[in-house]
Amino acid sequence: MKCSNIVTQMQMLLLSTYFLFSPERRTANMAASGGRTVGSFLWKCGNCCFNFNTVSSNLTRQVLSRQLCVSAVLHRKNLAAAGPEKFSEEFIKKQVEEFNIGKRHLANMMGEDPETFTQGDINRSIAYLFPSGLFDKKAKPLMKHPDEVFPKQRAVQWGADGRPFHFLFYTGKQSYYSLMHDTFTKALAVEKHQDRLRGKDLFTQDAKQISLVGSRWLLKEELEELLVETISEHDYARFIQLMERLLSLPYCSVEEDFVQRYRRQLEIQSSKQQVQPLQYDQHGVAYSTGDGRRKTAMGTVLLRDSGSGSISINGTNYVHYFPVLQDREQLMFPLHFMEVLGRFDMQCSVSGGGHSSQAGALRLAISRAMLSFLSEGQVETMRQAGLLTPDPRIKERKKPGQEGARRKFTWKKR
Amino acid sequence: MAAGVLTKGLCGFRQPRIVAAGYSCSGPLYATATAVKTLPLQTDSTAVTDEIQNLPLETPDFFRLSELFSLKDLFDARVHLGHKKGCRHRLMEPYLFGSRLGQDIIDLDQTMAHLQSALNFTAHIAYRGGIILFVSRRRQFSHVVESTAGDCGEYAHTRYWQGGLLTNAPIQYGPGVRLPDLIVFLSTLNNVFQQHVGVRDAAKMNIPTVGVVDSNCNPSLVTYPVPGNDDTPAAMELYCRLFKMTINRAKDKRRQMELLQGLSPAGLIHGSS
Repeated sequence: MKCSNIVTQMQMLLLSTYFLFSPERRTANMAASGGRTVGSFLWKCGNCCFNFNTVSSNLTRQVLSRQLCVSAVLHRKNLAAAGPEKFSEEFIKKQVEEFNIGKRHLANMMGEDPETFTQGDINRSIAYLFPSGLFDKKAKPLMKHPDEVFPKQRAVQWGADGRPFHFLFYTGKQSYYSLMHDTFTKALAVEKHQDRLRGKDLFTQDAKQISLVGSRWLLKEELEELLVETISEHDYARFIQLMERLLSLPYCSVEEDFVQRYRRQLEIQSSKQQVQPLQYDQHGVAYSTGDGRRKTAMGTVLLRDSGSGSISINGTNYVHYFPVLQDREQLMFPLHFMEVLGRFDMQCSVSGGGHSSQAGALRLAISRAMLSFLSEGQVETMRQAGLLTPDPRIKERKKPGQEGARRKFTWKKR
Repeated sequence: MAAGVLTKGLCGFRQPRIVAAGYSCSGPLYATATAVKTLPLQTDSTAVTDEIQNLPLETPDFFRLSELFSLKDLFDARVHLGHKKGCRHRLMEPYLFGSRLGQDIIDLDQTMAHLQSALNFTAHIAYRGGIILFVSRRRQFSHVVESTAGDCGEYAHTRYWQGGLLTNAPIQYGPGVRLPDLIVFLSTLNNVFQQHVGVRDAAKMNIPTVGVVDSNCNPSLVTYPVPGNDDTPAAMELYCRLFKMTINRAKDKRRQMELLQGLSPAGLIHGSS
């Protein structure tokens, strides 16, 4: 909001929903966000917009009380769609200039090179010059680029004569509805194409389809970001429904580019798996190690190739160490799953926990050790079977006022 | 609204005579503000602009819209077909020709007259650079209506109507928004067969409306009702085509007038229109 514009001031007075105080206080509030921007504090208050830090306590009290209201708004998600433009283009540009000049002043003050003064340096300098004993990060002084402080906002949607630019402006959600309109236009175009082919007898059911494997639809938040507008769950569901309808047409590959714009590639999880390279001992036998944890048990395994399937745990045979069948099954499962039961010799050591958690720890260790011997596809199969995922469950803590983690004390009626 | 017009009159600004009822200027808030600020004098340019604005008002059918449609076109597009007599609205009875086998037939002679005046009014609004909003809540014709609006450079709203769009506009859109100067309803009913909220809101905001009223609709709040069928695709496409051609004609005529003015600033050539 410009200080000098009469009409804007009149708007302020007439439409008191935005700012309920006089122009001087309004200008004082302009450098919003939770912290106090220090950009212009570094030189004197010749600038009417920034004379808030050291002015009368009366003013600061009002400013602080207003800032609380503003910060809640500014920390909302999807700030770009929050509402009409509160800060004009020129104001933001002026802020950017002031920030850059302030940055150079700060660098000179700290005795550093202004050209290579990064944001981290700024933060450290501000923390040094204005030590704050406050705990809340939002209450500490900050000096950031205005693009990070002021939210991204939409420009005014209509021209000088008052006519809006977009033909769906009066719906309120112009970008979303125009997207729906365009998608439907594309669907109609595909149907027309199909009819033309049918007319020429060239229509075939097995036309080239768009491959959707390995990609997902945009999430609602991503769509909101793309459209710079807030949309509801229902709107999002409708959009996905319309896209699915477009994809159901046999010749939808005509509009493949349009569809792919609203899909994101899924990351392949197995490519993140780190596989240790195989090691060879003095006899040329391949071996690998792996370790795993479960609850408080920790186990390590040394897997040797071209063995007979013998397993020793802490020096003793696995049959003697794990008398329970379930534990032995846990040990065997990775080998049985990949059908390499008699191939490896295992030397395991395990400590901590009980017999069940020790068996689980060893299972994870064996699976990890086996990775070096397997191909990419087999690694992916193991990952999908859950053999490579460490079990995150631990003993739940006891809470005060209760007997155990969940068990409450006996309830007595009287 | 009335206060704004009065202030303008007091300031000596010569308002062009407006034919229709309740013609709203841009935003009631600004009428007072700008009127107080400026006292415009009768310069050459304003005189010429006034001439351009008033010229269409001298002839009854300045835009020659009667040649755009004929009774046979309306009949072929099934405009005369109404709903069954059980759905008939009492206030639509004057517009009905009769009923055959329980289905109401709309009187196309009356429709011709109403359509002529509605199109003429739309053309005048478009000639003066007014904002025209096409509204329809029929899902099957939503795309057609939006395309029509896009093609003639006007606006459309065929989606869920949020309550305060017209009545709470400064809050919904931002301060300084300009409301539509004409709303064209291609179907006055919404999806639950009740009157569209826009009809009542436009009447509240003094915005004139043109509406295609079927035999189950209430024509009382619509400024220029056009009795006709709003269910058949052929009829809807006919209306959309007619409105598009009217608006394009009016805008072209305006551009032509302004070009003529540009060529001879001293006087306006009252040439062949």
